Parts: sequence; structure tokens; C-alpha cells
Amino acid sequence: MRFVKKKEGAAGIPTGSMADIAFLLIMFFMVTTVFRAETGLELLLPESEMGRKLPNRGIVHIYVNVKERISIDDKYYDAKQVSIVMSKKMQVDPTIIVSLRIDKDAKYDVVGDIFDQLSESKALRVSLATEKKRG
Amino acid sequence: MELRKREHKQAEIPTSSMADIAFLLIVFFLVSTIFSSEMGLQIILPERGEEVKVRKSNLARVYVNEIGDVKIDGEPVKLDMIAIQVKAMLAENDSLIFSIKTNPQANYKYMVRVFDRLKQGGAERISFAPKTLPKK
Repeated sequence: MRFVKKKEGAAGIPTGSMADIAFLLIMFFMVTTVFRAETGLELLLPESEMGRKLPNRGIVHIYVNVKERISIDDKYYDAKQVSIVMSKKMQVDPTIIVSLRIDKDAKYDVVGDIFDQLSESKALRVSLATEKKRG
Repeated sequence: MELRKREHKQAEIPTSSMADIAFLLIVFFLVSTIFSSEMGLQIILPERGEEVKVRKSNLARVYVNEIGDVKIDGEPVKLDMIAIQVKAMLAENDSLIFSIKTNPQANYKYMVRVFDRLKQGGAERISFAPKTLPKK
């Protein structure tokens, strides 16, 4: 007797549509990924332990890099112009929180000026952006 | 002569691995997506013209010099001791206000560091000393 070993074909689940599903998922992630609307400036934030998470909306970023260049909404400003810009923003939404993203090695001088400007424009809710201290 | 029409076999690109590639890409994006949550130290700045007169006894002057050394009320304090000293000072006077005066040439990180330590010591009222007296 010859046993004809018939190899049982694996129960055929049609895998042809797997690629379609996979591409659908990719498209989903590509579409739902939200990209940051502003580029800001390249800088290194200082570290802190007592930092608290900020809400996702209602934040205005002020970037100050190590060369003390100030950027708001990807436009460069002088320290003296900050209060005008922030006054406009306060008119639109008085509940904004200002996130100061200042390079850790920027000289404090410009920071003091910015504080004064923010006081003048009545944008009083401020957060000093930091990284969580590691180690 | 019999022209044998040989069906030119179409070169087949095996598409069976497409799904694998797709899944690899998905996993890559899943893993590399960072939900960047911003962290920061919260401050409420004083309004211009709202400078309140504070009793000297309720004011603790914190001075940060250009290399980041700290003095509280004139006494140099080591970084690690700031939080402890602040706790002690608050135990004596819980309505103490800490005013940070930073040398304009100091790096920003020194001020943040001191602010952080003050907060660690439990200080709630922290203010920033203005550069010059307000011009009225």
C-alpha cells in the first residue's frame, strides 16, 4: 500500500486583503498625526522637578534662543515689541497661558525684559517651560 | 514554420510581502510617535502698577549671581540646602514672600534652578524683582 501522503493545505484564510488593511491603518495614522503649527526656535530647555503639565490649548509660545532672539508665532520680535504682540493676543483670548520656552543658557537680562512686557500687556498667566529632571 | 506564440510570461513581482512591509511601517510609526506634553513652572505675574508694599519682615530676598550662586537675605546658601532653608523659613513665617533678583548676566537656567528649589521647599509666593524701579 502506498500511502500517498497528502499534505493538507493549511485552512486557507484569504490573506490577500491583509495588505489593504495595513495600508488603511497607515493612512489613518498619517491623517490623524497632528503636526506642530509653528517651528519656534532651536533651544535647550532648563530642567526642573516642580514643573506641571500644561493644557493642550490656549497656549501662546514665546521662544527665546541662546542668542536672545525672540520668536512668537514664527515671527521675530524685539524685546520691546513683546507687549504689543501679547496685548493683541489677550484681546482675542484673555485666558491664554504664556509658555516661555527660553534656552537654558540665555542671559537672564532678556527674560527680565520679557516679564516686564508681559506684565504690561496683562498676560499674567505664565509658565516657564522646562524638562523633567532626569536622574 | 509554426510560429509558436509563446505567451510571454509577465514578470511577476511577488506581492505577498507587501503586508509585512505595511505592518512594519505601522509599528514604526506607532513606536516613534511621541505625544509631547509640555511641562513648565507656573507663575502669575503681577500687574503693572500693582506693586504692593510688603513689610520687610515678610520679604525674603533671594539673589542669584552671574555664576549661579545663591544668597538668601545676604547669606550664601548651597543649592542642596535651599529647599531645607526655605522650609525652615516658612515654618517661622508662612506669609513669607520670596523675591528673586537675578544678575542680568546670569544664565537663565540658574534662575530656573533657584525657582525650582524654592518650590521644592514649599514656597508659594515667589516674585521676580524688577530690573529697575518702575518708572511712574
